[in-house]
Amino acid sequence: MIEQDLKNFQKITQKSLPTFEGLAQGHRACQGCGEVLALRQVMKALGPDTIAVSATGCMEIITSSFPQSAWNIPWLHVAFENVAAVASGVEAGLKAQMRKGSLPEKKIFIVATAGDGGTADIGLQALSGALERGHNFVYVCLDNEAYMNTGIQRSSATPYGASTTTSPSGKHSIGQNTWKKDMPAIAVAHRIPYVATANPAYHVDLMNKVQKAKLINGPAYLHIYSSCPTGWRHEIDKAVEISRMAVESRVFPLYEVIDGRYVLNRNVKKPISVADYFKPQRRFRHLRPDDIAHIQARVDADWEALQQKVALTNPASPEPEAVSNKKEE
Amino acid sequence: MSTSSAIIGWKNLTLGCAILEPGSSRKLKTGEWRSQHPVLDKEKCIKCAICYIDCPDIAYSQNEEGYFIADMTYCKGCGICANECPKDAITMKMEEE
Amino acid sequence: MAKRVGMEVSLGVSEAVKVADVDVIAAYPITPQTHIVEHLAELVANGELDAEFIPVESEHSAMSSCVGSSATGARTYTASSSQGLALMHEILYIVPALRLPVVMTVANRALSGPINIWNDHSDIMSERDIGWVQTFAENGQEAFDLSIHAFRVAEDHSVLLPVIVNLDGFTLTHVVEPFEILDRAEVAKYLPPYKPVQRLDPEHPMTMGAVGIPEVYTEAKKQMEDALVRSKSVVIQAWKEFGDLFGRYYHPVETYKTEGAETLLLTMGSVSETAMTAIDKMREAGKKVGLVRFRLWRPFRFEQFVEAVKGIKNPAVMDRAMSPGGPCGPVAAEVRAALYDQPNRPKVFSFVAGLGGRDVQVSDFEEIVSRAEIYAEKGAPATYDLIGVREI
Repeated sequence: MIEQDLKNFQKITQKSLPTFEGLAQGHRACQGCGEVLALRQVMKALGPDTIAVSATGCMEIITSSFPQSAWNIPWLHVAFENVAAVASGVEAGLKAQMRKGSLPEKKIFIVATAGDGGTADIGLQALSGALERGHNFVYVCLDNEAYMNTGIQRSSATPYGASTTTSPSGKHSIGQNTWKKDMPAIAVAHRIPYVATANPAYHVDLMNKVQKAKLINGPAYLHIYSSCPTGWRHEIDKAVEISRMAVESRVFPLYEVIDGRYVLNRNVKKPISVADYFKPQRRFRHLRPDDIAHIQARVDADWEALQQKVALTNPASPEPEAVSNKKEE
Repeated sequence: MSTSSAIIGWKNLTLGCAILEPGSSRKLKTGEWRSQHPVLDKEKCIKCAICYIDCPDIAYSQNEEGYFIADMTYCKGCGICANECPKDAITMKMEEE
Repeated sequence: MAKRVGMEVSLGVSEAVKVADVDVIAAYPITPQTHIVEHLAELVANGELDAEFIPVESEHSAMSSCVGSSATGARTYTASSSQGLALMHEILYIVPALRLPVVMTVANRALSGPINIWNDHSDIMSERDIGWVQTFAENGQEAFDLSIHAFRVAEDHSVLLPVIVNLDGFTLTHVVEPFEILDRAEVAKYLPPYKPVQRLDPEHPMTMGAVGIPEVYTEAKKQMEDALVRSKSVVIQAWKEFGDLFGRYYHPVETYKTEGAETLLLTMGSVSETAMTAIDKMREAGKKVGLVRFRLWRPFRFEQFVEAVKGIKNPAVMDRAMSPGGPCGPVAAEVRAALYDQPNRPKVFSFVAGLGGRDVQVSDFEEIVSRAEIYAEKGAPATYDLIGVREI
């Protein structure tokens, strides 16, 4: 089934980057925004025959301030918590009209994008409903690990130890005192055909995952790491570097779950430390060595658990599929 | 471009406030935000397109010679391109320089 | 060919949605709306209606899916009630702002708390200002006819606004009534296929739902409101054409035995039929009473209403919702506002009855009329009367 869906899959390489841009210049994202970079790469891979719906959030605000739009493709925003439901309606509307002959039969991809708050918190119910019903669409969570649009408030995707405006570090507080919600696992629990994590520092891998997600029939969930210089308090030229460190520290592993089968896309054999990953981000500056050790232990355990999922779902244990990384080239 | 372009009478407003021109944000010259700009050393450049694909502001495009050049109309001067260039062919220079 | 059937009113509404040939239905079950969407699901399942039925996980998602569907140009329908309508609240404002002609049936039901599944109008009175055209049905035939009419009005290019058809939960949704069902061919003469002016289309990319900065927000609201106000003439014209084709004529306001009336009952919804019985009884007893029923609730700015109450001494509005802490029931407040600028304006007396499924009987209307007469003579209380409340 998935093999059939992917028969026209043409791998994007660094030499064959798509020239199409779903987003236009002139958007109002902050300097060095990692989220809009991820969004741009997603839209490049989706191509022009796409309808995009966005949840309320940074990406919505920075692309659609009337009377200018940064969208080169048809785009709809309705509210914060419902983007998956809106996408469900777009899919059903096109399907019914094409079947009844009021619209010409044509493959149109539907993408829903939301931040981590719009996905893991307020939008979780609508997302779960849309995944469970099996709509043919791509859901993209652009995870910058807090409510950045409203001023850096914590979400359930904020990592343990990060200081935000509603989980501030202080004499009696480590900052965020809960562990990051595992959204990809929640998506996997819906038994949808395709779930993947991606990261703009690994843009070829990201765009190929978007391609697979759009070609595979049924819902696809992409969880994309999106650094935020403003909210994470890192230098504006570091978005890609920090994104890469998130993978190299095993904090944000790159993997796919294809019909329940886990595939590790980057087997980080010699990880950098969590402390090194935290260093350029002032949201973690208050952490003491024993706090960091505590987090390191959790990252190690999560990595081990991921390895086990790979082993469990791949009886033959194939070699991890490598992804290109320009630092290796 | 300022918000003055939004000063439209209600009778002339598009239906449901839709924006009919795709990519009209190009009218907003975000290059004005910049305090530094990238300078490319063509001697070092290998035309690998990393700067192009890592640019959040979609400022880079390839010229006839194959070099990727940032459009200063939109470049916000974040410096990701310079940070990521594998050949260190891009350096950031302050606007005053 | 039209055929006369005996049918539960909910199923009649589903049949209307079927002959309107909708493309997408997104709905979440809530009592007393369930029979409508169950029957629609059945019609889709057995191939009588070619549509996508999205069994969403909440009413919030129902309305959100409707927005997405309608934005692609699909004819789109949903139904809800009470808590479900309240859950949609946030999205309800966005549908007319995007100028999307979604049609919704609301099976009117009380709002919690305490939780109560029975009929009153507190759900819809909380949605007065959402910018939708809103009509009220009195009986099964009207529920069927108004549902067809709703699509015609919503999709008119000078309107392009969503429409709600209100019908009373249980007292209307769950009763079996005889009525005439139109078939697809007949309805096609009245309701042409929906031709969207704007839609999500990769061939013509447009941005819908952009941020309305302060420089444009006021104009955006004005554009939407202007369409709503102007929809009145389309509503009336579409009713006239409906009557010309099918022989049943509807008007924004209906009057019953208002000639020479001094005291006038004003009602909305299925309770009007009981009110008519009460009027007949009181007229026989020599009382100068009449009845005005509102069929069109939004837009509510019409000379037809002012005309209907001209010369009336004691208008008595029966609301089926409270406005806690306010001066009167919500409909009474609108009636007062509508009459305030009239020469020799009458006092408007406000009564609230039939909350949360409390039966409204002929005697309740007699009570309202007699109190209105006393208040007219001796002065009314500063607030409203809650009919039938036990004062112990």
